[in-house]
Amino acid sequence: MKMRMKEISALRPEAKVARKVRAMPPSGIRKFFDMVSEMDEAISLGVGEPDFVTPWHIREACIYSLEAGYTSYTSNKGMPDLRETIADHAKGWLGLDYDSEEEILVTTGVSEAVDLAFRAILDPGDEVIVPEPCYVAYVPDIMMAGGVASMVSTDSSNQFKLTPEAIECAITEKTKALLLSYPNNPTGAIMTREDLEEIADVVVENDLLVVSDEVYDKLTYSEKHTSLAQLDGMQERVIVLNGLSKSHAMTGWRIGYVLGDPALVGAMTKIHQYTMLCAPTMAQMAAVEALKRGNDEMLKMRHEYDLRRRLFVSGLNRIGLACFEPKGAFYAFPSVEGTGMTSAEFSERLLNEQKVAVVPGDVFGPSGEGFLRCSYATSREELIEALDRMETFLSKRGL
Amino acid sequence: MREILEILSENARATPTEIAALLGREVEDVAREIREMEDSGVIRKYITLVDWEKTDRSYVYAVIELKVTLQRNTGYDAVADRIARFSEVESVRLISGDHDISATVRGSSMKEVAFFVAEKIATLEGVQSTCTHFILKSYKEHGVILTEKPKPKRLVVTA
Repeated sequence: MKMRMKEISALRPEAKVARKVRAMPPSGIRKFFDMVSEMDEAISLGVGEPDFVTPWHIREACIYSLEAGYTSYTSNKGMPDLRETIADHAKGWLGLDYDSEEEILVTTGVSEAVDLAFRAILDPGDEVIVPEPCYVAYVPDIMMAGGVASMVSTDSSNQFKLTPEAIECAITEKTKALLLSYPNNPTGAIMTREDLEEIADVVVENDLLVVSDEVYDKLTYSEKHTSLAQLDGMQERVIVLNGLSKSHAMTGWRIGYVLGDPALVGAMTKIHQYTMLCAPTMAQMAAVEALKRGNDEMLKMRHEYDLRRRLFVSGLNRIGLACFEPKGAFYAFPSVEGTGMTSAEFSERLLNEQKVAVVPGDVFGPSGEGFLRCSYATSREELIEALDRMETFLSKRGL
Repeated sequence: MREILEILSENARATPTEIAALLGREVEDVAREIREMEDSGVIRKYITLVDWEKTDRSYVYAVIELKVTLQRNTGYDAVADRIARFSEVESVRLISGDHDISATVRGSSMKEVAFFVAEKIATLEGVQSTCTHFILKSYKEHGVILTEKPKPKRLVVTA
């Protein structure tokens, strides 16, 4: 008995954590989260989700499904009705045919879909080209899948678009895939059809797969979104990841989906069935309603984001934080170069002095240094107040 | 024009500066368009939606449905106009269905409203009958849910 006690006290649980998990960097957002949480009356422009509540008709459809007793598992791939609805939606939105039996998978949010995509295609040491700044989960997901993220930078002089040259520089014989995430979090950049055509050439020449996270695809303000999958001959090469979180203000419901070649979607489904089993049934019921009848509400929300976008971006430029025009998502990505502060210094001081929370750009990759991610998924009143406070912050420094 | 009206109908206090920023337009142009719409009567009035229940001055409201005899030449307009002139009457509408005209009336007490209807409305020439519905509770007015609780907070910072 004594021996056993000794053994237990000698255990160091932290040393038992897998090496690759220990190697995962902690989220750069955490520190700000803790600081803002302790603060009263802070205005947060640091939230990466809509400020709208899910439209009532969608919530009501979910409540109705619960009353009717839809509480069992669904097919691993997702309810047939939802998959057919997604197929119709993809046909209408992208003009592409996806078979609801073999080419569509419903996931627990796009986050799961990202993880599945990398796990399904990467062997140890395979490289994925990741344009940065980008959403924080891609690199850890690639690491967890045994792959290597090969970062390529994008910059403001080119509106944070990905160029074919940048991809070519990063290609090695181990490169297996390219990650695309446009409209982009954190920059608000989009890729037009012309931009994508150049990318498609490089992708085909180098026989790459593309994992394309298009969760912000409904939120574009200058032109309709184009998916790389829509370009000639690209559909089988592109795994399209999408969901309802941003378009229909449904972040908490955790509904995403995958469109792609049967072999790739099948591989992802295999992992999904052993890990997630199926996406939450009540959320799938809500998703059917959202896709079938949620367009008007979605357009209303997009219109409101667009109004705020103009208000906020012109305000940033007026107070002296140069900001290129973001054409998608709900983020502005102003530059703090010229203030003599790093992104982190600026963000921390702004929070402490003026109680406005933004996310330092370097959290999203080294090219984000010198920028701030400001979400305009916040009420107009708060945006105006935040601009006032930011102006005060700058003028106190003679900037 | 439509976009300016949408913004003002949501918030009558939105300033030309704010509206211009929201629409990416010049402040002078927006201000001029608003003035023109005020002059031409497209914008009739800027009002405040008050929840009187939350004050010590609460009012009694009633919806009055009326059956009216159609009149040669003037149709329903003459009697509707007469009803509209009373300051107690907040709205007058021609409706389809069992009744012809619906009016909302505001007063200080049920008795006051009832007597107003009996003495001033029911006695008008052309009014055949009235049916008074007192409003007991208002759940939604002008698109605003009055009983709504504050929405749950989001996490303060997320990726």
